[in-house]
Amino acid sequence: MELAFLVTLLAAGIRSGTAILFATIGEIFAERSGVLNLGIEGMMLMGAVSAYGVAFATGNPWLGLGVAMGVGGLMALLHGMVTISLRADQVVSGLALTFLGSGLSAVLGAPLVEVRTAPRLPVFPIPVLADLPILGPIFFNHNVIVYIGLLMAPLGWWYIHRTRPGMELRAIGEYPAAADVLGINVNRQRYAYVVFGGMMAGLGGASLSLAITPLWIEDMTAGQGWIAVGLVIFAGWDPLRAALGSYLFGAIRRLPLDAQNLPFFLAYPQLGYFMNMLPYLFVILLMLISARSELRRRIGAPAALGQPYVREERGV
Amino acid sequence: MTTSPYAVEMRGITKRFPGVLANDRVDFQVRKGEIHALLGENGAGKSTLMNILSGLYRPDEGEIAIHGQVVEFHSPRDAIRHGVGMVHQHFMLTPSQSVAENVFLGAREIGFVLNPQRMAAEVRRIAEQYRLPVDPNAKIWQLSVGEQQRVEIIKILYRGAEILILDEPTAVLTPQEAENLFVTLRSMAADNKTIIFISHKLEEVLSIADRITVLRSGRVAATLPAQGVTKTELANLMVGRQVLFQLEKPPVQRGEVRLRLDKVCALDDKQLPALCEVSLTVHSGEIVGVAGVAGNGQRELAEAICGLRPLTAGAIEVAGERMTRPTARRMIDAGVAYVPEDRNATGSAPNLSVAENLILKSYRRAEMGAGPFLDLSAMERIAASLVKSFNILTPSIKTPVRKLSGGNLQKVLLAREISSQPKVLIAASPTRGLDIGATESVRSLLLQERSQGAAILLISEDLDEIFAISDRIVVLYEGRIMGEFETADADLTEVGLLMAGGRTPSESFATQDKG
Repeated sequence: MELAFLVTLLAAGIRSGTAILFATIGEIFAERSGVLNLGIEGMMLMGAVSAYGVAFATGNPWLGLGVAMGVGGLMALLHGMVTISLRADQVVSGLALTFLGSGLSAVLGAPLVEVRTAPRLPVFPIPVLADLPILGPIFFNHNVIVYIGLLMAPLGWWYIHRTRPGMELRAIGEYPAAADVLGINVNRQRYAYVVFGGMMAGLGGASLSLAITPLWIEDMTAGQGWIAVGLVIFAGWDPLRAALGSYLFGAIRRLPLDAQNLPFFLAYPQLGYFMNMLPYLFVILLMLISARSELRRRIGAPAALGQPYVREERGV
Repeated sequence: MTTSPYAVEMRGITKRFPGVLANDRVDFQVRKGEIHALLGENGAGKSTLMNILSGLYRPDEGEIAIHGQVVEFHSPRDAIRHGVGMVHQHFMLTPSQSVAENVFLGAREIGFVLNPQRMAAEVRRIAEQYRLPVDPNAKIWQLSVGEQQRVEIIKILYRGAEILILDEPTAVLTPQEAENLFVTLRSMAADNKTIIFISHKLEEVLSIADRITVLRSGRVAATLPAQGVTKTELANLMVGRQVLFQLEKPPVQRGEVRLRLDKVCALDDKQLPALCEVSLTVHSGEIVGVAGVAGNGQRELAEAICGLRPLTAGAIEVAGERMTRPTARRMIDAGVAYVPEDRNATGSAPNLSVAENLILKSYRRAEMGAGPFLDLSAMERIAASLVKSFNILTPSIKTPVRKLSGGNLQKVLLAREISSQPKVLIAASPTRGLDIGATESVRSLLLQERSQGAAILLISEDLDEIFAISDRIVVLYEGRIMGEFETADADLTEVGLLMAGGRTPSESFATQDKG
C-alpha cells in the first residue's frame, strides 16, 4: 500500500513537474548567456492560453504547442530588444513582461474558461517498458510531453558541457569581452538564447493547458514561473539538477491531492491548507540551502549575469 | 614572400577620444623576429596604439602594413587572421572554464561536439614547443597569474600569431616568473616570431628588447636600439625632462615602536583565512616595506590595521595602546593614517570637492565648526593651504576630485592623511598607475614623513619601490610573513623566491582573484 502510494506520487510528480522543467531549462540557457528573464510567469501564461485556444480552434494540439512556443519566443524577443540592444535593466523588463503576460492572457482567455473540450496531447505508454514493475508506472506511462521533458534535461546538459556552441555559451555569460576578442558575436548569441528561453517557457505553459491540467483558467500557472526562477539557482545552472528539482517540486505539489485519502489526513482535514503551502516553502528552503552552498563554493552562477555587453572604448 | 624587412609598419596613426588626442601621427616599425619594446608613461598612448594594431580600435588616420601588405582591421578576428595577437593586461580568460576550453574558444574548426582529449593534446603540443608549461585540464581559477599568462600566449599561438603584443606582461609577475617569461620570449623571437612588449619599467626593457620605441603624450619621442642606451636617457625621453633617480634618503633614525602586530589573524571577503598569525613592528622614523604578489593578504593587512576588518585572533598595538577589537574610529584617534590601494573607490569620494575630500578626516576637530555645522570658511582656508603646500594641481578647491589626474588625487589623499600628523601611516601601493614625475613626489613625501618621525608601513607590489625607500622588508605570502630583511642586506632573488612561497614560480598557487 505504501509502495503503491509512493509510485503514484512519483509518477504524478514527474507529470506535474514537466511544465516547470521546460521553463527552468529555458531560463538556464538565457541566464547562462548573461540575460536574466523574470518574465517566465507571463510567457508561460501566454503559452498556456494560446496553446489551448489554437488547439480548440483547429482541433490540433500539436499546432497549439507550436504556436505557444512561438508566442513565448516573441515575448522573449521583446525582452531581448529592451535589455540587449537598448541595455535597459533586466529585472524591470522581466517584471513588465510578467505583468503583460498575465494581464493579456486573462483577457484573451476569458472566452476559453468555459471551454472544456479542447483536444489534449495524447498519453502514450511505452511498449514493454510501461509494464515494468515500479519503473513502468513512474517513467514510462505518461503523456508524450513528459517524455520530451525527460529527454530535454540530459540533452541540455550535453549541449552546455560537451559541444562547441555550449562552450561559447558558458563563455559569453562569464566573460563576454574574452569571447568578443575571439570573434564571437556576443549579442547575437544572447538574442538566440533569450528567445530559446521564451520558447521553452511557452512550451511549459502549453504542457500545462494541453496535458497536465488540460483546461484554461485565469492565472493557472499559480506562480510556477517564479518557482522556475528559484529552481535555476538551486540547479546551479545545470539542466540535470533542474530536472531533479522540477520533479521533486512536482511531487510535493501533488502531495495534498494524493495524500488526502490517507486515513491520517482524513482525521485532520485542515492539514490540507498547510500541504498546499508546501511547494512554496520548498522553494524558500531550496533558496536558503543553495544560497549557503553558493557562499561556500560559488558554483555555477554566470559572472556576467544581468550585465549588458558593450565593447567600450576605455579611453587611453 | 615579401621584401619588406618589417613585420609591422604603422604610418601616421592618429586616434582621438573625446577630449584626448591619444595618438598623434605615430610612425611605428617593428622588424621581423625582433623583440621591440614600446615604452612610455601612463597615458602616453601605448595601449591605444596596440589596441589599434590588434583590431580593437580603428585609427582616425593612418595606415597599417603587415609584412609589407597594407591591411585594414575591423575586429580582433581580422587582426589574428593576419597573424597579430595581443595578450591583454587584464587576461581575457573565463575563470570557470578549463585551459583547453579557453584556448579553443571561438575556434570553429573543432566541430560541433567537443573532443576534450584532442583539445588537451593540441594545447600540450604548443606548450611543449614554446616551453610554456601548463595543465590543459586545469580550470583557469586554479592557476597562478603567471600560468594564466601562459594560457593567453598559447591561445594566440594556437591561432597562428606571428606577431605577439604583450601589454605590460610583467606587472603581475614575481621576478622569477618574469625571468621565465623572458626566456620564452627570447626563444620565440629566435623562432622568427615578432614580439612587441609594452612597458614602463626601464630595467626590463633594457634587458629584453632589441629595439625600443618611446612614446610621449601620444607622439613618438624616439626609436632606438637597446644596445648602448642608458636608463637615464630612456627616462628623459619618456618624461621629456631630466629625471632624478636618487631620492634623498637620510640614514634611518629608529625611535620607539609605534605599531606592533601580535599574531594577527583575519578573514577575507569570502570568509576564508587571509592573514595567519602576522607579527611585525614598525618603529618611529622608519619605513617597513611589505613585499608580495597581489592577493596574498596585503589588502586585508592594511584594513586590519586601520580597523576596517575585524581580527579573528591576535592584537594590534598603536603607540602603546593594545587593541584586540579595533574600529576605524579608534584607529584614527590613536593616530593611524591610511592611504588605500584604490584611490577612487575607497580613498576618496569622487563627486565631493577637493576641499571636502581634504577635510574628510578632520571635520570633527573644533576649528572646523560647532556641533553638526561646518565652518565653511575655515574649511576652505585649510583646504587652500594644503593645496598650496602639497602642490596639488587643481582648477579650484571646489572641483570634484573625480576630475583630477591620478597623481593629483594621490596628493589629495596624502595631504589629508599627513596633515593629521599621524603616528602611523599605512600606504598601500601609493604610486600604482602614477607617472614618473608623480611617483617621485609621492615617494619624497613619504620620506619626508619618515624624517618627521612617522612610522610608515609601505605595502607595494612594486619591488623596486620597496627596495628604493624602505628600511626593512617583510615578505607576505598567503597571509603569512615569510621572512624579514634589512633593506641593505636584502637580496632581490631571495625576496622574489619568498614571494612565490619559497618554491619555483610555476608551483605557486597565488590566484589572481584572491584580493
